[in-house]
Amino acid sequence: MSVQTNKSSSPAFYALMICLIIMAMGPIMLMLATSFKTNVDVNDVNVGSFFFTPTLRNYEAVLCNVLWYSPSSVDYCDPTFGRALGNSIFIALVSTAITLIIGCMAAYALVRFRFMGRGPISMTTLLMRMVPPAVLLVPVFGIWTFQYGLDGTYTGIILVYVAMNLPFVIWILQSFIVQVPIQLEEAAKMDGANPFQVFFMVVLPIIKPGLAAAAIFTFRIAWNEFLLGNALSGRGTRTVPVTIVNSITEYDIDWGVIMATGMLLAIPPVIFTFVASKQIITGMTAGAVKG
Amino acid sequence: MTTASKLNRLTPYFFLAPAVLLLIVALLYPIGYMIYASFLDWRPSQYISEAEFVGFRNYINLWNDEAFRESFGVTLKFAAVVVTLEMALGVGLALLLDRNLRGMAALRTIFILPMMIAPIVVGLMWRYMYHPTVGIFNRTLKNWGLEPIPWLSDGTWSFIAVVIADVWQWTPFIFILSLAALQSLPQSALEAAELDGASGWQKIWHIKLPLMMPVLIVALLLRLIDAFKVLEVVLVMTNGGPGLSTEILSLRIFRTAQEFQELGVAAAMSNYLLILLMLLTTIMFVYNKAVENRAARLRAAAQET
Repeated sequence: MSVQTNKSSSPAFYALMICLIIMAMGPIMLMLATSFKTNVDVNDVNVGSFFFTPTLRNYEAVLCNVLWYSPSSVDYCDPTFGRALGNSIFIALVSTAITLIIGCMAAYALVRFRFMGRGPISMTTLLMRMVPPAVLLVPVFGIWTFQYGLDGTYTGIILVYVAMNLPFVIWILQSFIVQVPIQLEEAAKMDGANPFQVFFMVVLPIIKPGLAAAAIFTFRIAWNEFLLGNALSGRGTRTVPVTIVNSITEYDIDWGVIMATGMLLAIPPVIFTFVASKQIITGMTAGAVKG
Repeated sequence: MTTASKLNRLTPYFFLAPAVLLLIVALLYPIGYMIYASFLDWRPSQYISEAEFVGFRNYINLWNDEAFRESFGVTLKFAAVVVTLEMALGVGLALLLDRNLRGMAALRTIFILPMMIAPIVVGLMWRYMYHPTVGIFNRTLKNWGLEPIPWLSDGTWSFIAVVIADVWQWTPFIFILSLAALQSLPQSALEAAELDGASGWQKIWHIKLPLMMPVLIVALLLRLIDAFKVLEVVLVMTNGGPGLSTEILSLRIFRTAQEFQELGVAAAMSNYLLILLMLLTTIMFVYNKAVENRAARLRAAAQET
């Protein structure tokens, strides 16, 4: 990369780095540790934060209805979470897939074609990026319930999540499509490919890293979202964030169980981070850093 | 005109149609609907057609409502404080650590984690750490023989607590963007400065920061817009309390709609928030255009010589 003139790798910088790593990981580690604690250990101030006898009973309580065995530590099995986990996975995966397909087609049209209405469409898409979910709460509730009849259905939630994520996906994929060498597309056209063949066989394979980044960001929003999921989901379609908030009462919190639930919700994004950190960083910087 | 060229002209519309349709049905129409709803006295049990039209009453009532004004103030204060802290820390750390250290890739990966985890979960983790007796902060204070801090039960402290959680979650964003900006700086400028005997601070003030500025402004505006969207972390940690000390606007919209069932009022609040964000986005837009134009002019000038 660059010629570094100051090779000062003094221990102070490494100490700072380790400090930062501990600060970033600390709360997550604490959650992980607590999820393996019994309630007695959580409330006993003499039991250390990280040194205790670990137990799996919190996870067993949360996952009791999807486990292959019936855990002996659970007297009464509450199926809420297991069902919510299934809902979350389904909703997040389907809305990510739809957003990506629709989004990359739109991004391609905006980058590679000059046509009437291109300016306004591109402008509106950009503006939509800043709309907070809270602003959509009232209208989405009203329209979905009274006009579309989609409240409490998977379709309803997926529709909102796709719409919420589209502007961002279009925006981020544009910066990847611009970099595709146009000669490749022209060569394919010379060989007789129609625009759709050019798009699916030439452009898409090249922008795979961009698609990966966009997929991760979309999945993350759909997987983590609470507010609109809460307003739109019925008893059978509740997602994990909604069940978590519902199980928090003002005073009495079962910390062990709720931390286990939190860990399960955090696992997919954490895996993505470690598998694809490069794509995530590229995606994050694609819009802001041009250079 | 042949059919083939007609088809060619229609191609972009085929590519765009699904996205445009979806955005209209599920984003533009709802926003229009919200603007209409803000002029109504509307409860969730009613059809919107049954709701009474009240003109600007919701807006005027909100403007005169002290609780709403306080919540607006809390929102502005929250956004200003977190964005300032995150910019200072993020840029500072990036300048400090931009020196080919081993393990930098690992640090960047770990720094993404707080941003990827659900805001609900971030709120939970911090609520646990701030717990008056079993939380790690008060336990540590107690072990050192110090007074416990009323993290979430005192107005000032709970605001600080929420700010800390947000700074923890989003400083990495600024850090990663700044680092990327630093690493794409033209090396020639830095080498020239070194030949002229510039000190480390001089290089930072006169070369690095000015050259990073376009990225920093975009990062700042993106963070600012996102700071107005924060909801779940605060909902889980404090639910706006105690009192109104952490009741940011998006949370108030949620509670007005959910708990008080006043959809028209909530819509009017949403509109106030939207206007504020529109202003910020317009600034970002205009700024981006200006930067692009300047870059284009510079390129043109470079080509002429």
